[in-house]
Amino acid sequence: MSQDIFVVIEHLRGQVSDTSYVMLAGARQLSQNFGGNVTAVLLGHEAQGLAGNLAADKVLYVDHAALTDFTSDGYQCVLAELIKEHSPRVVIFGHSSIGMDVASGLSVKLGLPVISSCRNFTTEGKFVSQICGGKIMAEGDIPSPSALITMVPGGYKAELGQSSQPAAVTAVPAPSLEGLRLSVKQYIEPDTSDVDITKEKMLVSVGRGIQNKDNIELANDLAAALGCVVSASRPVVDQGWMPTTRLVGKSGKKVKPKIYLALGISGAPEHVEGMGDSEIIIAVNTDQNAPIFNIAKYGTTTDMFDLIPALIEKAKQSK
Amino acid sequence: MKIAVPVKFVPDLVEEITIDPSGTALDTTWLRLIINEFDDHAVEQAILLKEKAGGQVSVLAAEAEGVDDFLFASAAKGADQLVKLTGDFSTVNNHALARAFADLLKKGKPDLILTGVQAHNDLDGSVGPLLAENLGMPYVGYVAGITPASDKVIARKEYSGGLVAEIEVKLPAVLGIQAAEKPPRYIAYSKIRQVMGTAKIETSPIAGLDTSGGTSVSRMFQPEVTQRATMLEGSPVDIADKLVGIFKELGVL
Repeated sequence: MSQDIFVVIEHLRGQVSDTSYVMLAGARQLSQNFGGNVTAVLLGHEAQGLAGNLAADKVLYVDHAALTDFTSDGYQCVLAELIKEHSPRVVIFGHSSIGMDVASGLSVKLGLPVISSCRNFTTEGKFVSQICGGKIMAEGDIPSPSALITMVPGGYKAELGQSSQPAAVTAVPAPSLEGLRLSVKQYIEPDTSDVDITKEKMLVSVGRGIQNKDNIELANDLAAALGCVVSASRPVVDQGWMPTTRLVGKSGKKVKPKIYLALGISGAPEHVEGMGDSEIIIAVNTDQNAPIFNIAKYGTTTDMFDLIPALIEKAKQSK
Repeated sequence: MKIAVPVKFVPDLVEEITIDPSGTALDTTWLRLIINEFDDHAVEQAILLKEKAGGQVSVLAAEAEGVDDFLFASAAKGADQLVKLTGDFSTVNNHALARAFADLLKKGKPDLILTGVQAHNDLDGSVGPLLAENLGMPYVGYVAGITPASDKVIARKEYSGGLVAEIEVKLPAVLGIQAAEKPPRYIAYSKIRQVMGTAKIETSPIAGLDTSGGTSVSRMFQPEVTQRATMLEGSPVDIADKLVGIFKELGVL
């Protein structure tokens, strides 16, 4: 049994994700409660170079050709062996397309609890998870002797998980990875034929509150009057009202415009992940309890369908 | 292809969410439950696959208010089998739900299981990968597109930034759906009423739900607000005026 905190580093095509650094920063704080080391766990093929700036006490590196691309199959096999051998106090994964694919399976395989959507740890070493679209926080003790955690961004600055002094890397042989049932055939690059919303200085962004496809036209008219373009949250794209090139959030683009005008967007954590760094957020939402008002600089509960025509008019007049 | 879609109901976030007097759980007195939207997409994706390649679709849900209507709506969309798990689900968690679904699915032997990639109230992992491990099947989450091919499927898995990986998945398997290839279809209530006359909901009693593996919460609370937006008041025209002022000040207009 150890008091070490393992952090499963997430990387894709040679790039360590920001979430990995956030996890390392969280692990560092947690290590003060448990007294163990922060161990970065890096799985890949010819990927040792990615360990260079991880703020960890040590790095366990597992190299295998079958780990070139992420698959839950391959990662679970390797991580199950590592966790059994080292019995870390906590294993932290990203609450992401990588971490969520493996943490729950390992929970069943190893009989360990898994805690989802952890945003930060308290000074007493408790987890604080963010649920119900960011409206509710749930706090509790991290079960002993070992627990798995998936972590959302937002609780720690990524820079705190980076270091200019490389940690010592220990190469660990991979277990047999025969008979994997998943294999990556190819990657499809994001469509670049549309406008690049990450380069816009202002975005009119629409969420579920836009109600239907016809109303997108209204948002387009507003964007035209303001000289910018329309972006959207996930429900709007899933409905097919806007193309994926305009998607802002966890599974879409990360944008940092000067002004982000959020129309009918509640501010769920998955969306905030993509726009939280905007310089000024202005929120229009009839639900005064919408979490978006907690990150916006300006807000109004006026109905957007009353506000948009007035705003188009005023914008035209001011030119 | 036999496709099963286990779904769960979650609190409707449009309603006010409050915490019960114990301070460790949501107050369920007035809580309205709705289908987890990712599960709704999973049902749609299953129907789309059936329309494309044939097969049989089963939809499974634990008993809750509104579940019957949802199951009948699924039948109206094209689901062939409706299964309702009955019993006491007041203390259910994802580990327990996944075990209950797994027991049923071991008998049904589907080729493909589709379920929502997550739910907003997940605290102990998500149902899809928990279910996959209980059944000894592979799992791929964040899937937005599936192409069937004999004993395997190609799943399109989304990563942040819009990158997609095409993954070959050997069947049987569980896929966590982020979004169906088309938005969930709208079904008029009259059509659901029609289906109620012919479709049958099979009930499957779950006795003594095993809730081990769940996450213990010692405190639930609404997030402390460190910064609250400056609220703009007045008529829509007044607010439009103020916004234009802000845009000009920042030099974007």
